[in-house]
Amino acid sequence: MSMSDEEDLTPEKVEAVQQDLTSSMNPPTWKWFLLSGFLGLVVIWGAIAWGYQIRMGLGVAGINLPVMWGFYIVSFVFWVGLSHSGTMVSAILRLTKAEWRRPILRGAEAMTVFAIMVAGTFPLIHLGRPWKLLYFLPIPNQRGLWPNFRSPLLWDIMAITVYIIGSSLFLYLGMLPDLAIVRDRSSGWRKKLYSMLAMGWRGTAHEWRVFARASTLMAVLIIPVAVSVHSIVSWDFAMTLVPGWHSTIFAPYFVIGAIFSGVAAVITLMVIIRKAFHLEAYLRPIHFDNMGKILLTVSLLWSYFYFAEILTTWYGHKPIEWEVFIFTGEKYCFLLGLMVLGNSFITIPALCFKRIRRSVPAMLLISLFVNVGMFIERFLIIVPILSHRNVPFIWGDYRPTWVEVSIMVAAFAGFALLYTLFAKFFPIVSINDMLEGEHFKSEARLGRAKLKTIITDE
Amino acid sequence: MSMKDTDKKERAVKYKWGMVIDLDRCTGCGACVVACHAENNVPFVGKELSGYGRAMHWIRIERYWEGEYPHVRARFIPVLCQQCNNAPCEPVCPVYASYHNAEGLNAQVYNRCVGTRYCANNCPYSVRVFNFFEPSFPEPLDQQLSPDVTVRTKGVMEKCTFCIQRIRRAKETARLDGRAVRDGEIQPACAQTCPPDAIIFGNLADPKSRVFRFSKSPRRFRLIEDLGTDPSVIYLKGGGHEHVR
Repeated sequence: MSMSDEEDLTPEKVEAVQQDLTSSMNPPTWKWFLLSGFLGLVVIWGAIAWGYQIRMGLGVAGINLPVMWGFYIVSFVFWVGLSHSGTMVSAILRLTKAEWRRPILRGAEAMTVFAIMVAGTFPLIHLGRPWKLLYFLPIPNQRGLWPNFRSPLLWDIMAITVYIIGSSLFLYLGMLPDLAIVRDRSSGWRKKLYSMLAMGWRGTAHEWRVFARASTLMAVLIIPVAVSVHSIVSWDFAMTLVPGWHSTIFAPYFVIGAIFSGVAAVITLMVIIRKAFHLEAYLRPIHFDNMGKILLTVSLLWSYFYFAEILTTWYGHKPIEWEVFIFTGEKYCFLLGLMVLGNSFITIPALCFKRIRRSVPAMLLISLFVNVGMFIERFLIIVPILSHRNVPFIWGDYRPTWVEVSIMVAAFAGFALLYTLFAKFFPIVSINDMLEGEHFKSEARLGRAKLKTIITDE
Repeated sequence: MSMKDTDKKERAVKYKWGMVIDLDRCTGCGACVVACHAENNVPFVGKELSGYGRAMHWIRIERYWEGEYPHVRARFIPVLCQQCNNAPCEPVCPVYASYHNAEGLNAQVYNRCVGTRYCANNCPYSVRVFNFFEPSFPEPLDQQLSPDVTVRTKGVMEKCTFCIQRIRRAKETARLDGRAVRDGEIQPACAQTCPPDAIIFGNLADPKSRVFRFSKSPRRFRLIEDLGTDPSVIYLKGGGHEHVR
């Protein structure tokens, strides 16, 4: 059914919306099992590769003396970046009361939770002795040894833990009324599960009032957390003395980069969800149009930061820093070009056109291109800079191995698997938000005139 | 003299270990590298892994070529952990595996290390090496393992300790004799082995020590000094001329 009818919200219409938006939770088909099974196998393969690495030592990965951090840290930064989609997009859109946000929120928030979970595994995978993880934790012990709170890695652990907890709560809180709807529509063990999760939500006026206040509060609180998380990730690099890393611009630059890749990833997911669950009536061209505008803004910001960083390095021409830039430009010329194309030169002009922003295939292509560019950006920040540091004698090279590639691919599969499972058990588009939007629309009447107040499509 | 008095006396002595490397004397023979491997149970990784940056030398001879053929000149510089007084490796370690001891050494606690390799990234001299695999000592190297030094496991960072086991032993002997450690009593393996005597080790807090006197030479410089790491290793190099003393 189409949402553009301007009729009042009748119970039939509510029922239809609920039907539509819980369609992802219908009993799984063989296609679903095939997909999840395949993703599961890839994840298992990645786990085997990790097991092999734990048994043999980190030597089975491609890292070496100058390049002590490789694909694992690249992936870590990349996934932390993706996790900025949900909170930033959904929190900011909530706070600015952008009406078109409604069908996007849930998908973006879920993406945040799963992306940060995937990101959180990488620092563990990259450790030389992951079984000694407890040394990171502030556990009182007879030796009086405490973790080193001066180390940015420890800030990292704290920031990511806070972000995992915070974004999960954000997702869960927004889902409460939906869980109640699902509870009322299900039976058997599912009914029991959702009853527990819905925590007795009945939808009284008082509950809604508290809910609205809590959602706003969560949205306000999650933004500084998200900013701090990627700032701290950038400080893993910027706090060092490594030429090319030691830069004051890194924190805001990384935060913008994270939002950039996050917004692009939300667009990619919107396309997939729209196609997979036949939600064409809900995720309309206007949503892609608006997300495209946000992506354009962030792309401009990212390009500005990148330009500012290159300009100061070039103008200062400090020998060590300039050497790193020359090396990157020569050895990774292709990747550098691809990154600049994906992040700036194609994205910015393309997104200036309404027709492109409203074309779903074009947006899919651009959003994928942006994330390829952002992955390359993280690679170029980490690998070439490490391979050409202060001492020329030790300059080296980095070649990723099958173990690293397997684990990296498994991370993508793991994320997709978590998302697939989530969509099977929870409504992937927020039902209560959509219905609230409909209420707003139906209220906008002046006498006999019916006014389409907030959403304007076409 | 009772044990307590000697303890007090020993504590009154200040040690600040340092090293002077005279580049005008260094021939680049590599004896220090071999001696270090033998003394500190540093594993051998073989030709192939060495080529891929997995070599584990705690001290390495860097060789740089200067000039164009036929006026080519090889320059050698032995580089080991500079035992910085403002060490960049220390604050970044999340578990205090890398810390500063009272005698100015950057100590590394192998048992505590979890292998984040952050210290290696932040070391401007790239002298920290990582156990990428379980160390192996093929025959007959397993017969000559030093009993004074632990063999490290895979996944931990290691680096030059200024032969801390020899420092400890000398201090213990000195304490039993009720005196301070004498100048020249401690020799790290590299200094002991160096044929042209280019490496001098000693107590920089003692103005009468040989290392202190050499450290004030007008030929002195320290590696990448502008970073402010304040290394304890001082290099000597004549102003463009090689002089042989």
